[in-house]
Amino acid sequence: MRWLNALIMLLFVALMLYATVGLPDHADPQAPANVHVSPTYIEDTIEDTHTPNVVTSVLADYRGYDTLGETIVIFTAGLACVLILMKRKGNDKATLSKHHRSDYM
Amino acid sequence: MIKQHYQSIIVQTICSLLIPFIQLFALYVIFHGHYGPGGGFQGGVLLAVSIILQRLYLGTKIAHPKFPPKLTMAFAAVGLLIYGLAGIIPMAYGASFLDYGSLPLFWVHDAELRALGILIVEIGIGLGVFGTLVLIFDNLVGERW
Repeated sequence: MRWLNALIMLLFVALMLYATVGLPDHADPQAPANVHVSPTYIEDTIEDTHTPNVVTSVLADYRGYDTLGETIVIFTAGLACVLILMKRKGNDKATLSKHHRSDYM
Repeated sequence: MIKQHYQSIIVQTICSLLIPFIQLFALYVIFHGHYGPGGGFQGGVLLAVSIILQRLYLGTKIAHPKFPPKLTMAFAAVGLLIYGLAGIIPMAYGASFLDYGSLPLFWVHDAELRALGILIVEIGIGLGVFGTLVLIFDNLVGERW
């Protein structure tokens, strides 16, 4: 069984390695990702937004929707932390042991 | 729980010297995001670190009145609200969502207005990240407030 698992893993690795052959080269200017919208962003950022830093203009202006989602994710993570870790009245050890003594004994 | 302040005078002096500079650098990172590396997320983290350092070396008893923990949630929510309003207000003026070029600041024009919109959004992100991180720290410390 273990050998079968190893064989499946090897096949998967081989499949992945085979798939990487079809990827464009690193930093290839003719790669599909580099000819679609990136040239427009890089060329028009000064004209559109007066922002020399292309990263900022893409992050906050062209792709502002994505950044809004990121901010919501961070805020939601904070809210989840509060809900889990918040000290409530019934959350203290003293009150807990008073009410659920049978659980501890 | 961090009830007592840190006893070493070296730690106290260095921390109290360091905190204003951390906050100044945080503001620089937020407001210089147009021209260099940085932006709302990084600046917000630096601001949060300055408050967390204050809580670590002063102890929560002294540091909580300086920056009340109840404010952190408000800061996080206000940051998110600033971002959301920067998205929704242009819709009231006939543009699409998050189109800063149509924010109702009539003395600024197209590209300048978009740069200003980016700054507003970065401030919102900074406030949101700052409030959220201090909030998480306060809840991890586990002191009742």
